[in-house]
Amino acid sequence: MLTFIARRCLVMVPTLFAISVVAFLIIQLPPGDYLTTMVTRLEAEGQQVDEAMLAGLRDRYGLGRPVHEQYLAWMSGIVHGDFGQSFEYGTSVSSLIADRLPLSIVLTVSTLLATWLIAFPIGLYSAVRQYSPGDYLATTIGFLGLAVPNFLIALGLMYVMHTVFGYSVGGLFSPEYRDAPWSLAKVGDLAAHLWIPIVVLGTAGTAGLIRILRANVLDEVRKPYVVAARARGVPERRLVFKYPLRVALNPFISTVGWVLPALLSGEVIVASVLNLPTTGPLLLGALRSQDMYLAGSIILIVSVLTVVGTLLSDVLLARLDPRVRLGHR
Amino acid sequence: MSAASAVGDGPLLEIDGLKTQFFTREGTVRAVDGVSLSVPRGATVCVVGESGCGKSVTARSVLGLVDEPGRIVGGRIRWRPAGGDEVDLATLEPTSERMRRIRGGEISMVFQEPMASLSPMHTVGSQLVEAIRLHLPLGRAEARDRAVELLRRVGIPRPEARMEAYSFQLSGGMCQRVMIAIALACDPALLIADEPTTALDVTTQARIIDLLRDLQARSGMSVLFITHDLGVVAEIADEVVVMYLGTVVERGGVDEIFHDPKHPYTRALIGSVPRMGRGSRQRLTTIRGTVPHPSDRPAGCAFHPRCDVAVAGVCDRTDPPDAVVGPARTARCVLYDPVAVSASPPADGSGVTP
Amino acid sequence: MTDLTSQAPPREPDPPPESPAAVPETPGRRSRGTASQRRLVWWRFKQHRLAMAGLIVTAGIYVVAVFAGFLAPFSSSTFDPEYTYAPPQRLHVVDRSGGDWDWGLFVHGYRSTVDDETLELTFEPDESQKIDVGLFVKGEEYEILGLIPWDRHLIGPTNPDDPMYLLGGTRTGHDLLSRMIHGTTVSMSIGLVGVAMAFVLGVTLGGISGYVGGRTDLAIQRLVEFFMSVPSIPLWLGLAAALPPEWGPMQRYFAITTILAAIAWTDLARVVRGRFLSLRNEEFVTSARLDGSSRQRVIFRHMMPSFSSHLIASVTLSVPGMILAETSLSFLGLGLQAPVVSWGVLLQDAQNIRAMATAPWLLLPGLCVIVSVLALNFVGDGLRDAADPYKR
Repeated sequence: MLTFIARRCLVMVPTLFAISVVAFLIIQLPPGDYLTTMVTRLEAEGQQVDEAMLAGLRDRYGLGRPVHEQYLAWMSGIVHGDFGQSFEYGTSVSSLIADRLPLSIVLTVSTLLATWLIAFPIGLYSAVRQYSPGDYLATTIGFLGLAVPNFLIALGLMYVMHTVFGYSVGGLFSPEYRDAPWSLAKVGDLAAHLWIPIVVLGTAGTAGLIRILRANVLDEVRKPYVVAARARGVPERRLVFKYPLRVALNPFISTVGWVLPALLSGEVIVASVLNLPTTGPLLLGALRSQDMYLAGSIILIVSVLTVVGTLLSDVLLARLDPRVRLGHR
Repeated sequence: MSAASAVGDGPLLEIDGLKTQFFTREGTVRAVDGVSLSVPRGATVCVVGESGCGKSVTARSVLGLVDEPGRIVGGRIRWRPAGGDEVDLATLEPTSERMRRIRGGEISMVFQEPMASLSPMHTVGSQLVEAIRLHLPLGRAEARDRAVELLRRVGIPRPEARMEAYSFQLSGGMCQRVMIAIALACDPALLIADEPTTALDVTTQARIIDLLRDLQARSGMSVLFITHDLGVVAEIADEVVVMYLGTVVERGGVDEIFHDPKHPYTRALIGSVPRMGRGSRQRLTTIRGTVPHPSDRPAGCAFHPRCDVAVAGVCDRTDPPDAVVGPARTARCVLYDPVAVSASPPADGSGVTP
Repeated sequence: MTDLTSQAPPREPDPPPESPAAVPETPGRRSRGTASQRRLVWWRFKQHRLAMAGLIVTAGIYVVAVFAGFLAPFSSSTFDPEYTYAPPQRLHVVDRSGGDWDWGLFVHGYRSTVDDETLELTFEPDESQKIDVGLFVKGEEYEILGLIPWDRHLIGPTNPDDPMYLLGGTRTGHDLLSRMIHGTTVSMSIGLVGVAMAFVLGVTLGGISGYVGGRTDLAIQRLVEFFMSVPSIPLWLGLAAALPPEWGPMQRYFAITTILAAIAWTDLARVVRGRFLSLRNEEFVTSARLDGSSRQRVIFRHMMPSFSSHLIASVTLSVPGMILAETSLSFLGLGLQAPVVSWGVLLQDAQNIRAMATAPWLLLPGLCVIVSVLALNFVGDGLRDAADPYKR
């Protein structure tokens, strides 16, 4: 098991490297560098440009030096927890992200859990009672869930809530808690608001998981070992729960690998529609105003989190599946 | 048919006119089309035939294991356990408690692909213990002891250690031994072996066959052995049932079948087996043509397009009768039908039930 | 594999006598073989009712996309700022205001009132105004398929200057129906163009990966895993935001499509690789190789045909993903931009609750997205089921 985790971590290294390169590229791609953008902006606002400060910054980010040195300078900053400056907000990127990232994680993880809790029984039912009315209903919902982009669900939900209930959807807190320090009441308020983004974000994932679980169980039910178990007198119900479900569960867990990126992707859009205080709108704003250190850092962090999440799911999978654990195939 | 029902107390298993069909979108496939055979107590009966002849479906029909869209549509499968009531397995609900007790408890089955027949997610031991505890009132520890003993009996070295192994850590032959151990877990009266050696290499095949023969001799159980390998048949069978396209074409004792095959198909089948000492110059005979798909079976005798002695106007028109050609021997061919042989083509069908 | 072809001795001895007869026969036999397989797939596909429905809807949508100029009453740039957020008009077939039945298509004009406090414009249908609507009316000029100039429109006001808003007006006073029809062209073509690019990338890399194997395979696999493990939307957004703002609509269109394709090829690559891996050791491939067929021939004549239906299914299933991605990007304002009209661009108008409350019809382009994505998914699923005779 330990060797498995070690091997898996080793595989992660090139992926992490590639992610950092892409994030760096995104920072570098817009014309002009960070300082020229800042100088233009400051001058436009009629402010004095401090030459000494500029020189210090230039030195800090290695601007003007070859690209790979700039990359190294940027990376070494990150290793020390310095993600650079956001000129839009005038503060350090790390403090901006630290403000919003926890809520992003709370939202994503709770959506992931909700997705599983809902998809699991429905998918299983759909497979065991194939072609029953319930199966058709689940399949239809599954198809719809995959076809409707989640920002449309958000828009639709907002519209319905607004016109029917006169209730405005948006944000994760009621106004009175927005700037209040954390307390039990604030957590409760968060929970009361969280369900809407969870519904919006989780629909596509739930639909996908239902389909995957259904297909997997259906696949497994036909395998020889199920027939063999039936031939030795295992009762039907126990047969389904003990054998195919166990195998079908694996892809279910390994889907964290794609559900997690999809959730974080969806979160960007949904959060800006629903006006949530998460990293999504921050990233969007940064990209719109070409605040590239902020944008690149968010992309980097979110991607790294995804990779770590996938690693966790792989470890979980190895615990459950002896074939993975024992390095078979 | 009359020969089979004449046996004293009645055979352990008696299949009578079994029909199993698959209702696919492309049409109905009559995979098993009126098969009759019986398995006497303590005997080994081999069902032999080319792939697609319905021998596996026959075996699965016995335990109600035919997959969708297949269904038993006719015939009877009489199961007469010692000291128990006779049951018709063909009409028994596959999900019923009685069928569940029969499966693995009274009749066990060993399959073609030993690797795939074991769950990759569970240890060998857990599957073996499960089989034991489903049918026998044993505690966890007792069941475990019995499981280890079973593994030892089927010739698995270091059985205690193997209990914790997964199927993918074992060789095909080892997996098949495990499957046999699971099948024997509750001392069944009948073991159905569905091509248990097909997926194994030749030396392993021989060992598994030896093991099965040995176990059969010691336990006195009956064995219904499905195979396409005549060498295996010669080695273990007491009686032989030859199948072609969903029907039984010939039945008889193993010596009679090998030394005096009646049906042209059986003759051709035996003629196609290479033999030692027959002279290397001699060409091996083959059966011309290929097995037709069960969905478009030829009219009349299903074998007539490939038969060397087919009688035009008879074999391609009428269903051949199940002619009795000796004690407990039948051959389904017009050659042995007194009416058809003496007279020229009969005007109306032979009147034999399908 | 290069070793294998050089070692194989098929060239030095003359082909055995039966070979010449077999050679001319082979192509004929194979084309018959594939034809019957294709017919088999089509036959299975036809039995899938949802898939057939999806196919018909998809075909319909593409017809709209191709003949957008003719089907839309107005061009995508025609607008009248007087009719901001004009509500949808009802299309009347018969006029009974005169007491008798007066057949003919028409809509009512608008009476607008300005709220004194909010200065908001509200519209009511004005029963006294009758705007005649005709079929095949003369209107603005356009080009069918960008080639044949014409000025007839399927439906439109007989006087082109009269307001006709069958599905309502947008924030800028554009006719939503016309814009949705024009948006179809862009949204649906992005799906096709993007998938075509992803197809080339995916088949090439996946094919190399599966056929060559070894270290190349490993490298390409890592690349695929990388793309799959990174959240796609932030990546798209980052790349799209980096596009130079001075680029024209066409350049932007292709840049966005390329970005989408660069991320979408991974699925196809995986399918192709998996197929290649399983086919590589099939006997017919080995025998083709031993026959001395060149590598290209083995790949394109022997291996590809045997999984082309799988490929078509995967391609079909990746088109809706493209459409959704483009919609999302444009919705966020980082994808296509005006004057190009796509469903996502149209949905940008519906971004806040106030706009939605006054003009809920702005959500209609979303319906187009859902319908087309559903239809394409059904087609893809049907194809996949039909292509795989071994699954169920």
